[in-house]
Amino acid sequence: MSFINYSSREINCKLVYYGPGLCGKTTNLQYIYNKTRPEAKGKMISLATETERTLFFDFLPLSLGEIRGFKTRFHLYTVPGQVFYDASRKLILKGVDGVCFVADSQMARWDANIESLDNLRQNLNEQGYSLDKLPYVIQYNKRDLPDVVPTAELSQTLNPTGVPEFDGVATTGVGVFDTLKALAKQVLAELRKGA
Amino acid sequence: MLNPQLVMYDEELRQIQAISDRLQQDSRAETILLVDKNGQLIAASGNAHELDTTSLSSLVAGNVAATGGIAKLIKEDEFTGQFHEGKGISIHMSLVGRRVILVVLFNKNTTHGLVRLRVKKANDELNAIFEALAQKALTSPAPDPFGGAITDEDIDNLFND
Repeated sequence: MSFINYSSREINCKLVYYGPGLCGKTTNLQYIYNKTRPEAKGKMISLATETERTLFFDFLPLSLGEIRGFKTRFHLYTVPGQVFYDASRKLILKGVDGVCFVADSQMARWDANIESLDNLRQNLNEQGYSLDKLPYVIQYNKRDLPDVVPTAELSQTLNPTGVPEFDGVATTGVGVFDTLKALAKQVLAELRKGA
Repeated sequence: MLNPQLVMYDEELRQIQAISDRLQQDSRAETILLVDKNGQLIAASGNAHELDTTSLSSLVAGNVAATGGIAKLIKEDEFTGQFHEGKGISIHMSLVGRRVILVVLFNKNTTHGLVRLRVKKANDELNAIFEALAQKALTSPAPDPFGGAITDEDIDNLFND
């Protein structure tokens, strides 16, 4: 849930990157971190295992600037993608303002994408949210790899409601900022409505 | 949605800041942080400027969320307090109402007992303010912060160097 501070004229929003294990959620955040000017970002925190798999979450605070005199801050989180960390995923979704689902485009991860998206819907529902009502974008990541499912096919299955969707290669940054911008825009628009 | 959006106004922030400042002095603590359960810093007193309060707030919220998850699994309503003891600095965390975390960082200049005592008093005062804020959010919606539609240009400007 966003935090609007009329006293210091600041808005804080929480964006969560969701998706199956190894789909590139952390890589998205790392790319954003590397390409953001130093004064606009805080420290990136990764609570990861020794093998660099996300254990609890990654966190990246961005303070990008002002809209009409309001300092706009985004707190970006990733969830641990591995199936057995479901309890942690639920916690990270608490207070979410917008979700980016990062799909792994590889044929071999087809089922994993579907399972993760179902899991997202279910975990949101448990907390009284609905994915259809939240600001939400999808990124089809790893488009540079061989054996990827055509975007149209992914879209048909993973994006029946037609939310904004982007091809991505998070390692090189393709689509990373387009995805973030589209989500940020929806979240800010929603704030106006909710305010 | 489960919780109304947290909206903060001048008057309430002034009151919260005053309680936080007083708690820091009365408990002889190093630093006081008030953090939204979602990890956003609301107010700070003491040596907060020496700390990375953004990262601290996020990790504190993660910690409290994880502890809340554990409580649920063992059918406990909620753990309202946590204490981490360090060699130099210790941390006392407690829940204010159900949505704000009061974090006290203290060193050997004080004792855990004194911190707990002062926190209890501050907690009651803070609880009343946050309750009133939650009520206010329900009954009188906050004004549109942007005062009009947000354009693509506004968003692009945020991301431009």
